[in-house]
Amino acid sequence: MALRKVLGTETEFGITVLNQSGFNPVVASSTVVNAYAGSRSRVRWSFDEESPGQDLRGRGIVEGPVIDFESALVNTVLTNGARFYVDHAHPEYSSPECSDPLAAALYDKAGERVLVEAVAAAQQLLGPDERMVIHKNNTDGKGNSYGFHENYLIARSIPFDEIVKQLTAFFVTRQVFTGSGKVGSENGRPAVDYQITQRADFFEEEVGLETTLKRPIINTRDEPHADPARYRRLHVIIGDANRSEVQTFLKLGTTALVLDAIEDGALTEAVELVDPVHDVWSVSHDPTLRYSMATATHGRLTALEIQWKYLEAVREYAVAKGVDAIWMTVLDEWETILVDLDQDPLSTADRLDWTAKLRILEAYRARDGLSWKHPKLRLLDLQYHDVDPGRGLYQRLVDRGAMRRLFSDEQVELAVTEPPEDTRAYFRGACVLRYPDALVAANWDSLIFDIGEETLKRVPMMEPLKGTRNLVATMLDASPNAATMIRALGGNDG
Amino acid sequence: MAEQERTQRSSDRTDSKSDHSEVETAGSAEEIGERIDDLLDEIDTVLEENAEEFVKNYVQKGGQ
Repeated sequence: MALRKVLGTETEFGITVLNQSGFNPVVASSTVVNAYAGSRSRVRWSFDEESPGQDLRGRGIVEGPVIDFESALVNTVLTNGARFYVDHAHPEYSSPECSDPLAAALYDKAGERVLVEAVAAAQQLLGPDERMVIHKNNTDGKGNSYGFHENYLIARSIPFDEIVKQLTAFFVTRQVFTGSGKVGSENGRPAVDYQITQRADFFEEEVGLETTLKRPIINTRDEPHADPARYRRLHVIIGDANRSEVQTFLKLGTTALVLDAIEDGALTEAVELVDPVHDVWSVSHDPTLRYSMATATHGRLTALEIQWKYLEAVREYAVAKGVDAIWMTVLDEWETILVDLDQDPLSTADRLDWTAKLRILEAYRARDGLSWKHPKLRLLDLQYHDVDPGRGLYQRLVDRGAMRRLFSDEQVELAVTEPPEDTRAYFRGACVLRYPDALVAANWDSLIFDIGEETLKRVPMMEPLKGTRNLVATMLDASPNAATMIRALGGNDG
Repeated sequence: MAEQERTQRSSDRTDSKSDHSEVETAGSAEEIGERIDDLLDEIDTVLEENAEEFVKNYVQKGGQ
């Protein structure tokens, strides 16, 4: 049986400060994270080693963990269960663990809102002419890329070779609905006017451990942040950060369903690409979607033809299994987007960033007679991703009702502060809110408390689907402080 | 079978779309054009001032 999917996203944001001499992205990133954290309770991130085999509910409290305060300085944990920190030279928001793709898309969107509020706080610390600008994009257009990653909890028992065999063609071809669009090409790839994704030009291997150079289509990082005997966390690095809510939902939902089908052995007939790395570039470089790639198993196929094969196999699997309604919605949206892309890619401009952006660019080109090399087109490309609600072009489209949304502003605002209720993110977020002084550090699979005793207390959370509201809210409500909560957990046999 | 269904679905789509455009008057293309013009005018007011300068100075450190 396929595992219930626990999933989440990580976004490294582009950062710049206009009119600032000696701009330093690490300093600016620290400023924006600290400015946001400073106005709230402050909980550090712990890089402490974990002990496997223990879970949140009882018997697992560990005495005397040690915290590396130096590296925890620009790391913070939010009441929604997310992590907000500095990674390399970018502010990064890692969403809390969610149990379905709609919630994961909501918490991804909440991350944009966190950055908007963080910039407002950081702006107070800048000079009068200086202005901080944050982009939810993946490249500066000059050969420097920064990531958007997806994470999916999958069963350790699935052979990794099977994942690679079944997933490679899916990742290469899902670009047609996961791309955020880009003017030009980079990293030594052939010149193009416009391409479907921000990230394709940076992929150079089929499988590998790297994430910052020689990026692989399938990343082998094996850090489950959960019981490693049972789980693997599939760390997906081949995706663009999307502004469109529908697109994030589609990207996460279709991928999770394909993984379910792989786990249940329902994908029998793999499409094997002859040169998948080359195909990553070529699919992205052809916004007409006509490029066909050589397969070792099915002759030449276009990206859409391959996507239809996945959709048909996964739909058959999902219907036979009787999946929840949310997954049927994923299948319907998936089918609609493939039909629409087949007929006219621009008909998806209300749902996909790459077509929404292309429509703006083509309109500017027509009105002002601009060549694809004109800097104004590159600026429009960049500014589409600006998270500022006034300046960002995505938001301008939203305000005109030109982009389909999945969430209200109120839902997004709530997701900035409230954790998901059905994963361990609930326990993490609730403890940040309730016991900020005693909670000295947190990470994905444990919380560390100082309850005034000789040693710190660590509460392991090795099961991502425990620590839910159902399981811990009563206990938290009965615990006025962290010490009583720790005692309740220690004496809990559940 | 699956291939057939897909073709069927695609042609359903085509039909419903062409019906739709017949119902709409010829003015709709103009309306769309006007909406786009209006959008570009709005974007002009928020676009960063010096495109060349902004794009040139936008350099990020590589990340993951």
